[in-house]
Amino acid sequence: MDSKDVHEALQSKEFKTLVSKRWSISIILTILTLAVYFGFILVLAFNKGLLATKIGDHVTIGIPIGVAVIVISWLFTGIYVRWANKVYDPEVHRISEQFKLKKGKGRA
Amino acid sequence: MNLYQTNLGQTDPVAIFFFFLFISFTLYITYWAAKRTKTTTQFYAAGRSVSGLQNALALSGDYMSAASFLGIAGLVSLKGYDGLIYSIGFLVGWPVIMFLIAEPLRNLGKFTFADVVAFRLSSKPIRLASSIGSLLTVAFYLIAQMVGAGNLIKSVFGLPYELAVLIVGTVMIAYVLFGGMLATTWVQIIKATLLLGGATLLAIMTLSHFNFSPTALFNAAAEKVGDKVLAPGGLVSNPWDAISLGLALIFGTAGLPHILMRFYTVPDARQARQSVFYATGFIGYFYILTFIIGFGAMVLVGQEAITKLDKGGNMAALMLAEVTGGNFFLGFIAAVSFATILAVVSGLTLAGASTLSHDLFVNVIRDGKSSEQEEVRVAKIATAALGVLAIGLGIAFKGQNVAFMVGLAFAIAASANFPSLLLSIVWKKFTTAGAVASILTGSILAIVLIVLSPTVWVDILKNKEAIFPLKNPALYSLTLSFVAGIVVSFLTKEKRAEEMFETEKLRTFLGVGME
Repeated sequence: MDSKDVHEALQSKEFKTLVSKRWSISIILTILTLAVYFGFILVLAFNKGLLATKIGDHVTIGIPIGVAVIVISWLFTGIYVRWANKVYDPEVHRISEQFKLKKGKGRA
Repeated sequence: MNLYQTNLGQTDPVAIFFFFLFISFTLYITYWAAKRTKTTTQFYAAGRSVSGLQNALALSGDYMSAASFLGIAGLVSLKGYDGLIYSIGFLVGWPVIMFLIAEPLRNLGKFTFADVVAFRLSSKPIRLASSIGSLLTVAFYLIAQMVGAGNLIKSVFGLPYELAVLIVGTVMIAYVLFGGMLATTWVQIIKATLLLGGATLLAIMTLSHFNFSPTALFNAAAEKVGDKVLAPGGLVSNPWDAISLGLALIFGTAGLPHILMRFYTVPDARQARQSVFYATGFIGYFYILTFIIGFGAMVLVGQEAITKLDKGGNMAALMLAEVTGGNFFLGFIAAVSFATILAVVSGLTLAGASTLSHDLFVNVIRDGKSSEQEEVRVAKIATAALGVLAIGLGIAFKGQNVAFMVGLAFAIAASANFPSLLLSIVWKKFTTAGAVASILTGSILAIVLIVLSPTVWVDILKNKEAIFPLKNPALYSLTLSFVAGIVVSFLTKEKRAEEMFETEKLRTFLGVGME
């Protein structure tokens, strides 16, 4: 790869779109994760009674909600992996081919 | 009241058998790994040969310490719902690692996270500063683990505290010194598998007493102890405290050197992200299991019996194993807990040794010019030195209350390591002076504020009132670390770093030229 290819790749619309798409998705998912977690914490801090609401003889709604925070966090990572594997990686491959960029060795 | 008689604290042949089985098998792996640990890439990064799934188990192994297994199960057994709140905080850092850090870290770095921060900034000042953040995080985490190990082994196996610390330290040195990252990774994988399997079994045995219905378990707990255990209690009362702790846990996870280091063991960014996905799943599943185990202990063992053995409830999971599966199962779970401690301290020691050799020796003292053999030799010397230091500190802190040190380690990781790492990845105008300012502000504030906080000032130093109101300093130390990094970067200008940011992009996003 020579510097001309590097320069062209950096200036290309494809690369710029890819980078901005990558960060949009990352930032949206980060904000959602933090919102779910701190939302849960703020409900705990300001309206404890809400999570103590009973949904069975003794079981409170707080238990499924707490477990849901764990499961949702995990699902967010799943959404990201799916997107990255299906959209991001092929695009990386395409841009690298187009501008004859060599990928790193990865293994030593 | 049927207070049962426990075998805990006596030298139990079953536990010792399983323990020796684990030690022999892992030492055999270390012997195997030693033959494949010659170059720096092999010593620090297992030759980048670890698969996504393997790395996920190793990451989970590094993260699921004995403290999170025994500690959180104990917390649930005594406080109920509040234990769940606590464990959720520990999980949420993982998605953040994936979205913001994992792939750029893998593409830009070589062996340590400081490689990424130093990529386009001046290597020496950055490495010096970030070593402070890494080493402090590792040191406080390591002390907490060593003291926990001594206490646990003493109460489970009846061995003297000092001997227990010595055994843990010696075996850990053997793993890391001879087998490097490859052995450490496999120790983690085996331990994570055992821990996940053991906890699953314990949860199943517990639920078998309740027709396999968690609802029946919760109902029994409420009938025995009261409805309050199924609702949030006193853990989150001051919202600022909760937010500050949450920030420390989330961004601290994304700044733990021994976790970040694992991303260099996989071949590429794709495997890196895959591993976070699986790891988040494993860790989340594990926390759900500890919730069931905690409630199981509350009902089947009883809070009175649990606190009689250990005030903090740390023996709850082990007692539950004894009640549900007898002596044999107790021995197995006890050995798994021991394996857990060993694996976690090995990971920490390797991370500390890498900072000492790769960041400080090679890149500061030798200006980045050092032969492979010399670097590996220095890394091994650093491992032995850190191991001996860990044993010494473990013994020195005997009987001290070190629980706050894990919180402190997370606060330092969140405030000193995370901001400079993130800013160096995303911000073109970030400068060397900015990074150093951010790291120093974060580390100093985290330590000073925790000393002045209720956690140390009141609970440990026994003063009446804390000078700093929050139990964890991250809200201030993390924010001000970012502020310092940004303000100082605006005041200074680094033309070379700005230019390099453009070329760096190809490596960050496409993996061009990655190692």
